[in-house]
Amino acid sequence: MSEYFESYLTVGAFAALGAVLVLVMLGVASVLRPNKPSKAKQMTYECGVDPVGSGWSQTYVRYYVFGLLFVIFDVEAVFIFPWAIQSEALGVFGLVAMLLFMFTLVEGLAYAIKKGVLRWE
Amino acid sequence: MIETLTSVFENFWVSLAGKLLLVALMVPLIGMVLGFAEMKLSAKMQARVGPYFAGGRWGWAQLIADGIKFFQKEDIIPEEADAPVFKAAPILVLVGTVALFVVIPFGPGLIFNDLDVGIFYALAISSLSTVGVLMAGWSSANKYSLIGGLRAAGQLIAYELPLVLAVVGTVIMAGTMSMQGIVEAQIAAGYPYVILQFVGFGIFMIAALAELTRIPFDMPIAESELVMGYVTEYSGFRFLFFFLAEFANMFTMSAIAATLFLGGYWLPGVPEDVLEFAGPFILLGKVFLLAFAMIWFRWTFPRFREDQLQSLAWKWLVPLALVNIAVTAILKVVL
Repeated sequence: MSEYFESYLTVGAFAALGAVLVLVMLGVASVLRPNKPSKAKQMTYECGVDPVGSGWSQTYVRYYVFGLLFVIFDVEAVFIFPWAIQSEALGVFGLVAMLLFMFTLVEGLAYAIKKGVLRWE
Repeated sequence: MIETLTSVFENFWVSLAGKLLLVALMVPLIGMVLGFAEMKLSAKMQARVGPYFAGGRWGWAQLIADGIKFFQKEDIIPEEADAPVFKAAPILVLVGTVALFVVIPFGPGLIFNDLDVGIFYALAISSLSTVGVLMAGWSSANKYSLIGGLRAAGQLIAYELPLVLAVVGTVIMAGTMSMQGIVEAQIAAGYPYVILQFVGFGIFMIAALAELTRIPFDMPIAESELVMGYVTEYSGFRFLFFFLAEFANMFTMSAIAATLFLGGYWLPGVPEDVLEFAGPFILLGKVFLLAFAMIWFRWTFPRFREDQLQSLAWKWLVPLALVNIAVTAILKVVL
């Protein structure tokens, strides 16, 4: 088996272990724990009083713009890493190109701040 | 005897089974040790006694007793909740946690698998628990959980960026993303990277604290306003898994920070052949030092306000991390 494939297999096995750990422990606990469901017990918790309205109530997500910004910057990080490894080999040309790239992004962030999308109102 | 043992463990499947068994034991053990440390240290810092009776001395068996208690607790799923998603959420949180152990180097050659993309993989897989947290918050059909889950989503994505960008400085200096390679680069350089990457280290620790949703960044589970945030509706073992994941993540985040910035399993002046045995203990020492700092912060700082949290990440940490990258790269290329 190639080392490449072994790495993938190890990662996959570790991820599977996380799920197995949860399922096995819950399985063992299901033998020991009581199970007496009742109406009051399965009611949504709201500090002791009966819940008012639906639990999926309307919520104002104030920071959805942050989500958009996050996508932009996260993709940028993907571009930065390959250059970071080769920064010495790529030399001054790579450095200037990357600085320009990062400057463009910071400019975008500054614009977003100026526009007020990061303000909390 | 030892020869037959090594030859048996050369088989890929046998060694993989051994590794899995080791991690399956490590995760609960770390949860217990750090959980107990948190209890006792919090008690000391607040001039309380803390756990006292369980096990006889210092209450050392407190968390074992807690574990047994959780085994006997009824598994309540609210009627309104989206049951499949509700059940799957803790699984996803723990998958991200366990998979993170793959790339932590405990000594020279002592690593579960030295992936070439090591640190990149670690950052990617650690965001898997974000999805689990959001699932938990949404599926509970509870107003507190919903607000907690949304806060968590906003916070975790905001601090993911400084976390990722803070690492780039180290990658530039080491010229590799392999965790083992980064430690070896520090050994070759003769100093831990924190000396030149102190900005990166600071940003990484702040962002790691936020990713762990620990005080002062604990708005998603703010007890005084949101009951328990996204874990409000969880009970019994499912509830426990969120905390197991938190403590295990505290360990892995500290281990990654120690590896990237503090030299990992290496200490200046320790000869190579001693590292073979002392490596894991040196790493553990550094990890517990960082974990102690995290517990210490919990009782030192008040909680941030949500907008302060967002502006800290976006207006300060992200630009600062980019400046750090630029300065590191200029020094590396020009000098």
